[in-house]
Amino acid sequence: MKWVALGILAVALLLAGVVSYYASSEPDGLNRVAQDTGISRTEKQHATADGPLAGYSTKDVDNQRLSGGLAGVAGVVVVLVLAGGLALVVRRRKPVS
Amino acid sequence: MHVPDGFLDAPTSIATGAAAVACVGTALAGARRELDDKTAPMAGLVAAFIFATQMINFPVASGTSGHLLGGALAAVLVGPFTAVLCMSVVFLVQSLLFADGGITALGTNIMLMGVTTVVVGWLVFRGLQAVLPKRLTLVPFCAGAAALVSVPAAATLFVVLYEIGGTADIPLHSLATAMIGVHVLIGIGEAVITFLAVASIIAVRPDLVYGARRVLARRELEVRTSTGAAT
Repeated sequence: MKWVALGILAVALLLAGVVSYYASSEPDGLNRVAQDTGISRTEKQHATADGPLAGYSTKDVDNQRLSGGLAGVAGVVVVLVLAGGLALVVRRRKPVS
Repeated sequence: MHVPDGFLDAPTSIATGAAAVACVGTALAGARRELDDKTAPMAGLVAAFIFATQMINFPVASGTSGHLLGGALAAVLVGPFTAVLCMSVVFLVQSLLFADGGITALGTNIMLMGVTTVVVGWLVFRGLQAVLPKRLTLVPFCAGAAALVSVPAAATLFVVLYEIGGTADIPLHSLATAMIGVHVLIGIGEAVITFLAVASIIAVRPDLVYGARRVLARRELEVRTSTGAAT
């Protein structure tokens, strides 16, 4: 389990921290269709668009590679803690013997 | 496929929000049966992996990209109820921290990319498992096929929601054709990633894959002699 866990975590950190820089910056399927059909005209500014990690880039970090990588790593850690913590709370506990 | 604020009107967003709350509530109750001391850490890791993979947009057609949704993958790895919880955490973090997916559209996004992909993916996966031989090597193929179907299913639900509460007047036919067409292509990418991820974990620790449990249970019924040889 330990090695599988470390393996999944390592791949996640590598993808979010490093590989994400090389991801396609073209609009995704929904955004493309929204642009083509005119749906995107109705899009409203996101309420947290000024947040420190908005748009997967770290505010005040000028290097794009670093800015995106840091945001990705931060996201992986936050999701791991929240989802892992939730699963630990929800899980069936072994009866105390 | 993250829906931003403004695409759907308020009543529709409130309705999808209420539906999402109901689904997450059901998932919280159901996940208790799926999670124990061994599988609980997997849930956190799977959610983190899906968050990371959703950052990797791959090109699907000229000027268009797609990324893994991950509902089918999560359902096969940790079970469908836990998968809904994992996906919901991912969308919550993406919306609040990364401004990806509108806050008023959070319920919509959970219903589209969390609940729909998990439910459709799990049904296809279990359906295939029921008709195919119970072999461990087939589990990643079933997972890939489930992933393939799950993405156009989510796109279809978006089209339905847009017909009900879209804020612009778009002909149903052109919206449906465009959305489902491009998401079949993204579904192929989803299938490949899901296959690779499930196959990798099955290769080292098949017992950690929720969707492989029934197959393993059958295998463990083998009777062995004291020398360890199968009879």
